[in-house]
Formats: sequence, structure tokens, C-alpha cells
Amino acid sequence: MGCLVRVKDLPKYALKDWEVGKVKEIISKYKNDKNSVIPVLREIQQSIGFLPIDVQRMVADKLKVPEKDIYGVVTFYSFFSMVPKGKYDIRVCMGTACYVKGGGKILSKIKKELGIEPGQTTRNRKYSLQINRCLGACGIAPVVVVNDKILQKVNPKKIMDIIYSYD
Amino acid sequence: MNKKAIKEEQITISINGIKINGSPGQTILEVALENDIFIPHLCYDPRINIQGACRLCLVEIEGFREAVPSCITKISQGLKIKTDTDHIRNLIKLNLELIVSDHPLDCLTCESCGNCELQDLAYLYDIDQNRFRGEVHPKKVFEDNPFIIRDNEKCILCGRCVRICDNLIGANAIGYAGRGFDCEIIPAFEQSLKDTDCIFCGNCISTCPVGALQAKPYLKKARAWETKKIQTTCPYCGVGCQINLHVKNNKIVNITSDVGKNINKGSLCVKGKFGLDFVHDSKRLTSPLKKRDGKFEKISWTNAMGSISSKLKEIIKNHGPDSIGILSSAKCTNEENFLLSRFARATIGTNNIDHCARLCHASTITGLIPTFGSGAMTNSFEDIKDSDAVIVIGSNTTEAHPVISYELINQVIEHNLKLIVIDPRKIPLTKYAYIHLQQKPGTDIAVLLGLMNVIYENDLHDTEYIDKRTENFENFINSFKEYSPEKVEQLSGVIKDDLIEAAKVYGSAKTASIFYSMGITQHTCGTENVISVANLAMMGGNVGKKGGGVNPLRGQNNVQGACDLGALPNVYSGYQYVEDNEIREKFEKEWGKKLPPKKGLTVTEMIDGALSGKIKVLYIMGENPMLSDPDILHVAQGLKNLDLLVVQDIFITETGEFADFILPSACFAEKNGTFTNTDRRIQRVNKALNPPGEAMEDWKIICRLSEKLGYNMGYSSVSEIMDEIAKVTPIYAGINYKRLNASPLQWPCTGKDHPGTDILHAKNFARGKGRFMPVEFSLPAENPDKKYPYILTTGRILYHFHTRTMTGKSEFLNLIAPMALAHINEEDGRDLNIKDGEKIRLETRRGKIEAVAKVDGNIKKGVVFIPFHFAESPANKLTNPVLDPKAKIPEYKACAVSISKV
Ligand code: SF4
Ligand code: SF4
Ligand code: SF4
Ligand code: FES
Ligand code: FES
Repeated sequence: MGCLVRVKDLPKYALKDWEVGKVKEIISKYKNDKNSVIPVLREIQQSIGFLPIDVQRMVADKLKVPEKDIYGVVTFYSFFSMVPKGKYDIRVCMGTACYVKGGGKILSKIKKELGIEPGQTTRNRKYSLQINRCLGACGIAPVVVVNDKILQKVNPKKIMDIIYSYD
Repeated sequence: MNKKAIKEEQITISINGIKINGSPGQTILEVALENDIFIPHLCYDPRINIQGACRLCLVEIEGFREAVPSCITKISQGLKIKTDTDHIRNLIKLNLELIVSDHPLDCLTCESCGNCELQDLAYLYDIDQNRFRGEVHPKKVFEDNPFIIRDNEKCILCGRCVRICDNLIGANAIGYAGRGFDCEIIPAFEQSLKDTDCIFCGNCISTCPVGALQAKPYLKKARAWETKKIQTTCPYCGVGCQINLHVKNNKIVNITSDVGKNINKGSLCVKGKFGLDFVHDSKRLTSPLKKRDGKFEKISWTNAMGSISSKLKEIIKNHGPDSIGILSSAKCTNEENFLLSRFARATIGTNNIDHCARLCHASTITGLIPTFGSGAMTNSFEDIKDSDAVIVIGSNTTEAHPVISYELINQVIEHNLKLIVIDPRKIPLTKYAYIHLQQKPGTDIAVLLGLMNVIYENDLHDTEYIDKRTENFENFINSFKEYSPEKVEQLSGVIKDDLIEAAKVYGSAKTASIFYSMGITQHTCGTENVISVANLAMMGGNVGKKGGGVNPLRGQNNVQGACDLGALPNVYSGYQYVEDNEIREKFEKEWGKKLPPKKGLTVTEMIDGALSGKIKVLYIMGENPMLSDPDILHVAQGLKNLDLLVVQDIFITETGEFADFILPSACFAEKNGTFTNTDRRIQRVNKALNPPGEAMEDWKIICRLSEKLGYNMGYSSVSEIMDEIAKVTPIYAGINYKRLNASPLQWPCTGKDHPGTDILHAKNFARGKGRFMPVEFSLPAENPDKKYPYILTTGRILYHFHTRTMTGKSEFLNLIAPMALAHINEEDGRDLNIKDGEKIRLETRRGKIEAVAKVDGNIKKGVVFIPFHFAESPANKLTNPVLDPKAKIPEYKACAVSISKV
């Protein structure tokens, strides 16, 4: 974990109305019950896919639990995430074969174009970027996976066009 | 560690073959440390419950197969313990090596070098830093606040800071995040501490065994071994925390407190820890000043003393000594207050001496003397641990007496104390309250009568106690009978079920105490408020026993001492009446002077006298009535009207501006003496620095002026003054510096062998029997109406003190709290279309001021709160100078006000 970016400096993702409604609904089921931190967080994670700071604050406030304890739980379990998955979740393979065949170039291209690092999501929540170990498809390297579509022998120059074409 | 341990029976154990006694409930580690037997430990802090995480405190016990952590193992009869065996040594060494392997050994540049528990242990156990040299995990540094730097690379995750912050301070500002190797301690969301509930008390720093937490203002000032460490008493509030001033080259370079020791056990608040930079402020006065043509110019001490004394002589000759008024100071030492009282009475010949306690706690005295016979806090600070329930009424303890609030919070969290908060505002303590009764300002008596009524109806009063120890209960019953919970709800807005529950908690607790402060005293009915508190305590049978009592929290560091030592118009030191012939003769003999037989004027009367021309001179030592008195425009006119105004202070204050002469005095860090804190504890003040320029200790100034006026007091040191105090003051009779240097003493201490008194009225009340006194509920003098529809109440905030003479000079405190915030309720904010952060105008029948609005749900609808510290928004332009008829204390806590947007 060499990455020393401060959490509070990460992009803020606007919650959609239905998400806010959902969060409120879940919290109100457990209102004032200090012992239900984990069930509440889990339900929210499952229904909206992430736990941004604002949501953690709401949970802390309504369950009357210090914010730092909510945050502690969220960062302790890898099941919880503070970053939403994008509408298009891009996974670039960095296994040996893919790397040798230009996986690195593909990754830098995407990073530059979308302005995010692996593990992050664009502010409009459209694209998220991940790095993958060998996917066992070295024969068609370099490989990129977007949601459930597998792109083979990807040309770094074309990758963005392909990604954009989905939207 | 069980604090409710009974002290009587002793347990004998042996450590390394030596027989040692301990009390039941103590742990092996505690007993060992008490007896100077070294056992390493990194996660133990005596202020909070034990966690048992570091596994360094291992010992062997005969008959046990494995080594046990001594911090979680209680002692029992006959345990045979060995501490430093080879086996133990190896285990400890291994643990230490693991810690050191992930620690950046930056000792060369680390601020804690020479003062680091890990460094000391590594030295002692010869830790080879390379054996496990693994990956040192890069961690974050947090420094985006004015006070505290957290360098997590140095953190050994002992967890002490988190537990101190949670279980003692109650701020919940920091916690664990991440896990495994990535686990770090940080504020939620890695935000700045400024955005958390952190109160910058610095106690996380005080507990950190390594260099991970540092006080930002004291960085890179000196290495630990270059400084002289002088223990003294904090100059701010009445708690009287012991602080260590670390001094290098006549400068304070750090402030700490010894963990586990003294009244505050090593805890401090932001003012004591970070707010003492006023000492070195460039605006400190360094020579006497004389006003000529509206401007101050420097003059010599000889000239100043000459001019002041001849002016005084002239005025005494023409108008008599009673044309002179003298204001003493709750900030100065006991010795100085005693001396100024002698100066007024013997040198000048007037009883016109008073100080600002009038403005805070005069009603405590007028209320507790007729009921109990003594007007001081009945119990001790340490007693909180013995209470089962505590009522806090009219005291925002977290802000005004922070270290007491820590103890309350700790007892709630770790030892099941039931806390009842009665306050119009949601103060920080309410978070830990079992019940919060949120009354309208000025309706305390109704609430208290209501509590008594429920207690009586439910038969929860202590009839045996009432029969044996008190009088007048039968007549008293009628006074609360009609205050049914329904009626009280109508009058005060307190929900009736809450009132009933609170009464039941207080009434059925084995021992319960009541803490109160200015929310009770600063009303026209202040005396009645105090009496009601006293009545309630007696009904519960709670006065005179450990963990019980009526405990007024005194505001300033030495307000108790200023009262004790006779800076009051009607009494000499020790509350001995000036109008009592026998007593007066005693003082006349001691001081070799005829003394005035009639009691003198109070502060408020002196100001009126200045206006009417009756008072010609005010001599003011370390007070600032221009900000602290009610209706300051009135004060200004009074001061302008004087023939002579002399002010002794460390800065030019708002009052100083009006002075003809200002005499530069030494501050607390530059003098020797004593302060008496809120639980009657007399503690040493020790000189750590030389005063700037020609500034002089107040007591020396008084002696010198007195000599000039032809009356030589003849003291050569403060210790001699204390000896004289002891001689003429029965409650201080056993006090001397030799004893105080060993440990503080609580008065009454009536002889050289008297151990001092931790609980007043233990066998008998000071007046014999406790007296129930009926009181009537009355509304505040001024109530909301069409023109002024809101209730204004005033008070203090954590980051400032009194009139900001000291805290206003603190760069760091002002970064956090630079301006006056007027707190208003969110619903009122909506009605008035005022948002958080907007400028508003507050107007009363007396004046108007501007302030910035803080709009939230913490204050009751219809009420506005503003702090009184700020000259730019002087709250006391607004407050109502109507006085409590008995105590003559002004009604700061309730008047009618209108609010508008600017
Ligand atoms: S300064 Fe006090 S309140 Fe702030 S984090 Fe440290 S212990 Fe907690
Ligand atoms: S910062 Fe200090 S007190 Fe807090 S866990 Fe780390 S080492 Fe312990
Ligand atoms: S201001 Fe009061 S609580 Fe704070 S350190 Fe000083 S004496 Fe202690
Ligand atoms: S290296 Fe990419 S699929 Fe194997
Ligand atoms: S001090 Fe005992 S385990 Fe840390």
C-alpha cells in the first residue's frame, strides 16, 4: 500500500435520488440501534454498491455511533468499498503475457484518458478501472475485460474507441 | 484498577521476595509501580481501564504454568511474583524486537528522543534493531490542525490514544482504520481533527508512549534534557490542574503534566496545554505607565510609586478612606489577595474591597451559608468515582471545567455512573447523560422543586438523615407540594416523564452529588437557586458523605482563594466578619493598626459610587470589570468619573485603557505563591521564569506602595505571608509551605498535624444542623415580549477564558475560536431566515451588538446563547444589571433580546 492519498481528497460521487432513499430506508429500520452497524452497512453496500463518506456519516448520526467507528468497520472488511463500481467496469490484465504484449501501454492509455488510477472510478460514475492477474487467456493477450465482455489482442490505440462505443 | 475498591483490608503479596501490601482490586502492575518495582508496560495508562494488548508487562507467578500480563491480573492474598527472570526477559525482548522491527528508528530527529518509552525499553533490553528488520510500512502524517501532529509511521498501535479519547475525553475523535499491516489510527475519513469532535485537549499526546503524537506549537524548541521542568498550577480555571513548565532560556518550550499524579492525573485541557503563550506575548507590560494627555508613557517605579502614593494621601485627607475602592483578583495568589485585603483595611483604612467572585458565585455563599454554614464545594474531585448518580445543573462542564467533565465521562463509560444534565442547551456532556432535562433559562427552581416533589411522593427521601442531621423539614414540605410534574412541565418546558425518571435516579442512588456553576448563580434568584440545590441534596441525605455533596464549580483558578483570603467587603480571611469586634481586635493587634468597623462596598456598588462621586479612586489588581461586569457602558462612565484609577496587570486591558497609572505585574509563571482550587485545595504556584522588563510580582508592588504610604508590612517572602495567614485564619491554620511542597492540603486545616478536610459537614454541618429553607419560584426579572421575543443567556467557551486577557493573546486558541458565535435554534433560524455563519444583530433594552450566528439543534427554541469573552461582541452590553437582592450578583443568564439579520 504505497498509496498515501488522503481519503477525504478522493473524488466525491453524487448519490442518486433513489440511492439516498434506499439508504434512508435501510437506516430507519435500525434507528438508534448501536449494535446493528455491520448489518446496516452490509445492506447498504449490497443495494447501492458502495459506502461513500456521506452515507457513513448518516449511519453514524442515526445509529448514534461515532463516525470513526463506522469508518473503522468500513475499512476493516474488504467486502465494503467507498468507491462505487462504474457503469462500465474495466479490468486490464497485467499478467506476464499480457504485460509483454502491451498491457502496460493499454493501462496508461486508459488512465490518461479517464484520469483515474486503478481502483478508482470516474466522478460521473461511468467508468471504473481495475488491474487483473493472468486471466488464463494468454493466447489472446493482451486482454481487457469490460463488464462481462472479453476484448482480445487489444490495440492500445483503439482501446478507448471500443470502450466509448458501449455507451 | 477497580476504582470503587474499598481501602480498609490489605492484601499482602511478595514481589521478587519482598513483601508488599496492596488493596483489593488492585492489579499486580499497579502495586509494583506504587512500590517502585519496574515492570515494562506500553499499553497501560492509569486514567483508563486496562486493555492488556502489548504483552510487555509479563511476570511469573508461583504455581502458574505460564507468564501472565501483570496489568490485567488482580492481586490476591499470598501471591508470589517474580518480575525479571531470564524467561520473562526473553519473552519481553522478543515482543520488543517485533515492535522495533516496524518502527522507523528516527531517534536522532524525533521530538520524543529522551522521553520515549520505547527508546527506554530498547536501551534497557538491548534490542538489536536488525534481527527482524522487515518492511517498515509507509504510513500517513496528519497535521492539518493547529495543535496536534500524528506521524503514524512511529505509531506502535498500543491503542492508548484511542481509549483516552473515547473513555476519558468522550470526544471519539480518532479510531482504527484498515487492518493488518495497513491498520492505522486516524480521524474518521482521514479528515482534519478540526472537523471531528476533537477538543484539542492534548491528552492523546500525554498518553502516547512514543513519538507518534506531538504538540505542534512546541516542536523543535528544545531537546528533553536541555530544559528545566517546574511544576506549578494552571492559571485558568478552578480545577487547578498541575502543569509542568519546560523552560529553556527563560522561555516556556513545552507544557506537560505527570500522568497518574495530582488532582488532574496528568490530563489537561486545551488552555492549560496550549494556551499559555500569552506569557511571552510582546504586548506584556514591562514598565510602569502614566497617562498624560490621553496617552500612556513609561515612567520609573520610583516615580510611579511617588505619584500614586501622594495622590492617594491627598484623596484620603480630603474625602476619607472610604472614597477609595479596591478590586482584588481571582487570578492572583492567595498571598496577594490576603495582602491586598490588609492593604485596603490597614494601609488605606477601608473595607471597600471586593473581586469578581461577586459576578459568579456570591449567591453560592449567600445560599449555602444559611443552609449548611459554609459556602464552598462540599466534596472532593476524587469523590466522583464514589458517586452512583451525579446531577450537573447550570454548568457546561466540558467547556468551563474540562478536567472535571473527563472524570464524569470516564465514570459514565467505565463505571456505570448515572449522569443527569439539567441545562437549556445540549451541552457536550448531554451525550453521556442518562437523562437531559432541557429547561427554559431562569426556571431552575421550578425544576428543582419538581424533583423534590417526586422524590417525596415516592418516599425516596432519606428520613433518617433528615431527622438526625437537619432541621425545618416539616415547614419546608409545603414549598414543593404544588410543583407536580405537570406544573413543572408547564413552567419550565421539561418533559414530565423525564423529570420523574431523573428524580427517581437521584432519589434512589446510594450516593449522589450535584455539580453546579454559573447557570445557577447568575440570576436574580441566584441565592434561591443555590438554596434549592442544597435542599435537594439534604433530602437525598447526600451531604457529608463520600461521593455526595453540593459542589459549586468555581470559575477562575483562584476565585476560591480570593474569597478565602478576605478579598470581600464584609469579611477578613477565613470568612471572619469585620463587624465582629473580637475578630476585628485580633486583626488590629496582628496588623498594628485601627481597622474600619463597618463592612465595605461590593464591586457593583463601587461602580455606582464612582458614578455618583462617592468613590474617587479605584485601585484594581488584575481585574477587568470593563468586560466582565454587566452593562459595561455604565462601568465606563463610572471609570471616567474617577479622580484616580490605578491598574496592576500583565497587559493593558479594556479597563487599563481608562487608568491614570498602569503597573506591570508578573504573571503566574513568574512568581511563587499558592492558589486554592474549587475543591478547597491549596496548591503551590512555583516561579519558573523571570518577569519581563521591570514587571514585578503583585505582592511586591503592594508592599512597596504600602511602605510609601507610611505602613511597612515587612514581608520578605511569600512563605512569610502564608505563615501570617495561618496565624490569623483558623481554616488555614495548619498550612505552611513546607507541608504544601510535599502535597496540597484542603481546608479546613486547623493545625500543623491536621490532615486537611476532603469532605465538609461529615459529622455535623458547619452550622450544626443543615437547614431546609423554603423558596418561591419566580420568573427572571426580564421576560420575552413582543419587542424582545427571545431569551438571551451568556456563558463561556472552552477555548477562551474570562475576558480573554490571557487567551486572547494565544495564537493557537484564536485559530480555533477567533470570534463570538451566537447560538440559535434551527427553528428560530428558519423563522428569522438566518443561516449558519451569517452576521446577526442582537438587541436588548440596554444595547446592541453584532455576532456571527451558529444555527443548530443544540439550543432550546426561543433561546440565544453568546459567550462573554469577546470585546468585539461584548455580551455584557446586553445583559441586565438587575441584582440578586441578597448576593448582589447580576442576572447574566436570562434577559429579553431581539434578533435580526445584518
Ligand atoms: S486532542 Fe483530545 S479530543 Fe483530540 S484526539 Fe486527542 S484526546 Fe481526542
Ligand atoms: S499514536 Fe501513540 S498512543 Fe496512539 S496508538 Fe500509536 S503509539 Fe499508541
Ligand atoms: S484550564 Fe482548568 S481544566 Fe484546563 S488545564 Fe487549566 S486547570 Fe486544568
Ligand atoms: S497474462 Fe493476461 S491473460 Fe494471462
Ligand atoms: S501493559 Fe499489560 S499488556 Fe500492555
